[in-house]
Amino acid sequence: MSEPVIRAVNITKKYDDFVAVNGISFEVARGESFGLLGPNGAGKSTTMKMIAAVSTRTSGDLTVLGLDPNTDGPAIRSQLGVVPQEDNLDQELRVRENLTTYGRFFGMSHAEVGKRADELLEFAQLSDRAKAKVEPLSGGMKRRLTIARSLMNDPQMLLLDEPTTGLDPQARHILWDRLFRLKENGTTLVLTTHYMDEAEQLSDRIIVVDKGEIMAEGSPAHLIRTYSTREVLEVRYGSDKNASVAKKIADVGERQEILPDRILIYSADGERDLAEITSRGHHPTTSLVRRSSLEDVFLRLTGRSLVE
Amino acid sequence: MTSAADIAAKAEKPRRWGWWYSTELRLREMKGYLSYVVTSSFGNPIIYLLALGVGLSNLVPQGIDGVPFLVFVAPAILMSTILSVGAEEGMYPVLSGFKWHKVFFAIHATPITPGQIVAGFFVHLAIRFAFTAGIFYIAILAFGAVPLGTGWLMIPIAILGAFAIMTPLAAYSAQLEDDRGQFALIQRMVVMPMFLFSGTFFPISEIPDWLEWVAWVSPLWHASQLGRVVSYGMVEPIWLTILHLVVLVSFAAVGALLTRRAFITRLTR
Repeated sequence: MSEPVIRAVNITKKYDDFVAVNGISFEVARGESFGLLGPNGAGKSTTMKMIAAVSTRTSGDLTVLGLDPNTDGPAIRSQLGVVPQEDNLDQELRVRENLTTYGRFFGMSHAEVGKRADELLEFAQLSDRAKAKVEPLSGGMKRRLTIARSLMNDPQMLLLDEPTTGLDPQARHILWDRLFRLKENGTTLVLTTHYMDEAEQLSDRIIVVDKGEIMAEGSPAHLIRTYSTREVLEVRYGSDKNASVAKKIADVGERQEILPDRILIYSADGERDLAEITSRGHHPTTSLVRRSSLEDVFLRLTGRSLVE
Repeated sequence: MTSAADIAAKAEKPRRWGWWYSTELRLREMKGYLSYVVTSSFGNPIIYLLALGVGLSNLVPQGIDGVPFLVFVAPAILMSTILSVGAEEGMYPVLSGFKWHKVFFAIHATPITPGQIVAGFFVHLAIRFAFTAGIFYIAILAFGAVPLGTGWLMIPIAILGAFAIMTPLAAYSAQLEDDRGQFALIQRMVVMPMFLFSGTFFPISEIPDWLEWVAWVSPLWHASQLGRVVSYGMVEPIWLTILHLVVLVSFAAVGALLTRRAFITRLTR
């Protein structure tokens, strides 16, 4: 097996007394698509910044592309594409100029950056906006432009911090499609997200992070198999009755989570359990049988939901 | 897999030229507000010179320091204009690069180092100051307010003076999390008094003794006095001329080092 592109051993980041990342370890292989899933404030972005060789780690060992970010930051950054959580496009420049000036930072010639910018505008479906100002672009377009910018240096690895947060569903799907193409072409992707569907769509392997620590690791399917059941039955009796009904049906399914607005029943066969509950005379106002998701895994691991 | 040596080789060009790439970005951004820079560069001197040269100088027919009032005041007006541009550039543009537009973070995601970001910021400002000072110089030359051939030295002195005020402010701004009126306060309590008590319109000997210290710690006074020496040969002890230079260089250099340190701290935390 070839050398991993990222190897993190017990890395820690402290800000005064606050521990943002508390000794996490993982490896990412070349060409892999790797996700960090966790709620806001879990330490995902801080981890990303350490990998991106911009934030100095407090302790632990970290190599990125075989180099130490604390000492070889510029060399590592020359090989990375970075899409930060908040857009930091240059508002003083036009769309295409944002790409060309960025390419220059990697030592590319004026001719090279022009050619590459045109290719990437095409890829990001922004060719018709080349001369437009940045500010009036939609959120999805800004995001695509940021991704195009991160690809200017033809990076070995792309780091995406919450790539679709704040976008509408259609814009998210366009973006996922673009990222999926990159993945198919062999680009190593590392992304953070607090959306379980995004993690499922884009990652081969995930670590679930909470409060600066790794809670679980594996492929989305593996995590669901390990930490949840095949199906989930959701039943609602009204917020004042959920808890009392839950006591009476506690033996149904393998496990239950009682949320303020609904009861989740983890089960191999949701329809069968729904029939069981109704046969006992507890008719829910609404019910739903669905497949288990990473949201359920997270709930199981931490007792909290991802998006609060 | 690309070896570590290959990667290092690829980063060689940005390592050497990063400061220039960073300058280039700033100059390109300036294109967006070039009309402001050009208009204010031409407009400022003309307004000042008309008001002071034609207006105020009539009240001081005997002149000051053995020269016509306009000759006395011209170097100081040039300095105060360029230094106020310096003060402006050391505040909002720096905080904005971290807080609102986050341009510094965007650049730092590339092989460019924090030190190179600062270098590019400074080089582009040197160009901006030189442009504005050059136009101002030509204007006062046209008004016949520069008797000596060494008068052009006011341009580099103005750039130095602007750095002496800009770099300490940039170091301060780079540490700010937010502008809660600090900039307005600096403008009113530091920049404004400096402009009023730096011997711009009258020699500092006219200021009450207990206020004279303001001039001695003001980069503007030192820059204006230097300007007068090269513009019309103002007589002062040589040690004082050297002191002016030492003060300006010290402000600029210490400010630049602190700015670099503040950028490194903020970008790598």
